[in-house]
Amino acid sequence: MSDYLVQAIGLRKSFGAVHAVNGVDFNIPAGEIYGLVGSDGAGKTTTMRLLVGALLPDSGEAAVCGFDVRKQIEQVRSQIGYLSQRFSMYEDLTVLENIRFFAEVRGLSSKEWLPRSLDILEFVGLANFKDRRAGQLSGGMKQKLGLASALVTRPRVLLLDEPTTGVDPVTRQDFWQLLIKLVSPPTQLPPSSGKMGGEQEGGRVSVLISTPYMDEAARCNRIGFMRHGQIIAEGAPSELRAILNERILELRGDPMPLLRRVARQDQDVEDVRAFGDRLHLRVGEKKAGDVLSRLPSAIRSEQGRVDDLRAVPPVLEDVFISLAESEND
Amino acid sequence: MIEPVIKVENLTRLFGDFVAVDHVNFDVKPGEIVGYLGPNGSGKTTTIRMLLGLLEPNEGKATVLGYDAFRQSEEVRARAGYMSQKFALYDDLTVWENLEFYGGVYGIHDKSRIKATLELVGLTGHDSTLTRSMSAGWRQRLALAIALVHKPKLLFLDEPTSGVDPTARRAFWDLIYQLASEGVTILVSTHYMDEAEYCERVGVMRDGKLLALDTPGNLKANFIPGDVWEVFAEPLLAGLDALPIIDGVLRVGLAGDHLRTITKRGIKQDDLQNGLASQGVKVSNIMPGEPTLEDVFISLARG
Repeated sequence: MSDYLVQAIGLRKSFGAVHAVNGVDFNIPAGEIYGLVGSDGAGKTTTMRLLVGALLPDSGEAAVCGFDVRKQIEQVRSQIGYLSQRFSMYEDLTVLENIRFFAEVRGLSSKEWLPRSLDILEFVGLANFKDRRAGQLSGGMKQKLGLASALVTRPRVLLLDEPTTGVDPVTRQDFWQLLIKLVSPPTQLPPSSGKMGGEQEGGRVSVLISTPYMDEAARCNRIGFMRHGQIIAEGAPSELRAILNERILELRGDPMPLLRRVARQDQDVEDVRAFGDRLHLRVGEKKAGDVLSRLPSAIRSEQGRVDDLRAVPPVLEDVFISLAESEND
Repeated sequence: MIEPVIKVENLTRLFGDFVAVDHVNFDVKPGEIVGYLGPNGSGKTTTIRMLLGLLEPNEGKATVLGYDAFRQSEEVRARAGYMSQKFALYDDLTVWENLEFYGGVYGIHDKSRIKATLELVGLTGHDSTLTRSMSAGWRQRLALAIALVHKPKLLFLDEPTSGVDPTARRAFWDLIYQLASEGVTILVSTHYMDEAEYCERVGVMRDGKLLALDTPGNLKANFIPGDVWEVFAEPLLAGLDALPIIDGVLRVGLAGDHLRTITKRGIKQDDLQNGLASQGVKVSNIMPGEPTLEDVFISLARG
């Protein structure tokens, strides 16, 4: 059996002429949060549906905890907790009753589910709300209930399909703290964090999460950029950002249209990205120094004003755009 | 003095006991791109619906393009474009047919106007493409064309690029900047920090209240209480416990494979390094981080 909790090799799935998943490979070890990052239609949800056995691959292999998704789907499902984009709960049932429902559907006896559910509710911070009707929960609490329901079978692998769309950043921050604690080894757990996290039977958990948003992607241990059904780049966020180290400059000044035009004319500026009150310039390799010394005078000679021009750390969005461009070439 | 395109005074809307929009005040100047940032349920869409005259305020008033938004809503809607998050395109119509249909709603029957609008959003040559077969990014462009066909002076965009990848989002925003440079005023609601960064000024909404409205740069300078650091520590969770004990550390969060912390200004890399080492936490790297609108939002939300 491999060391990876989730493995995909050459995974393909077409719907008619649309190659939704077109040769996807990845390996997710225990203890890792892996992000599939891409737009609607890039193949993220289809990939997840292949892993839970809701769809059969046209070709390629996928395994969860060593179980083949084609031949051993029951074993696969027993290892997975899945929180889909359209997670639904019973609004008339209480928090605890909702979890009980999910637990019983998955075949847990009442002896098992109750203590476990209480632990999980403690972990996600819903212990004080266990008797509240789900319909009366805030958006963030509903999301935590979704996570709690997905965790009740103590899965080794958690699949989360765009779990934090539309929630309050404060809640989203809390949600991510939970995910990171969940995959962390138990020895690292501070005493306050309860009995969850790392204590799953048989070892550490992995999380596969999908998102179209880069600020979310930046929180994963590793990410795969998905485009047109393929993973076009993979690595830790810091590794991916390093591709563009020393190549992103931030420019502030006035008027913005003039700044954009002059920056675009510079021979070593490859791309100009406008933000509300500043521009990000992508410059050629080892060209940052040249542009930093040359551009301000070019702008001033056209009666523009430069308030600030400096190298800034690249963000994942810069990297994605740069990779997508070179893919199109 | 330039008349604001949008003037909102004490705007308030209740649904039963629930205060969806709570005494909100702001102005938007001509040609400005203003973002309205907040989570779902914070009052963004309710505000836009009042600005379009679709909902009556319980208190306060909104003036849009010089008209009372509720009493003169027909005047407002004839001059404003609205691209909703869940824009309705007819899947079995072509690009041209969709735009012709919606143009007709505004009384636009001029083929050259439809042609010019398609050109503006970069859909020239796709006239006879069936809407169903288009990608998320292309559909968004068509929805924008529909909002623009009657040449509005003011454009409301409700979560315009949710679900598209950064390349398509960037292309969309290039268009928005072009419209703004031609004098169109733009109000964008979004719950994504990434998107808010594109706006000239950003209003931060939470629980129906407008907590702040300023440029992204000023929001970061004024509301983040110090400097941002990225700390790569081993073990990570031990670092999470150890950092807050260090003098001057204001806030700590997990950020994937590292910790993100905000310290009082003046705290140095060495202070963090030594503080962690003295608690037995190994540090592989500490570097300055970039402040984000999310940091701003969390600072404002925690009051």
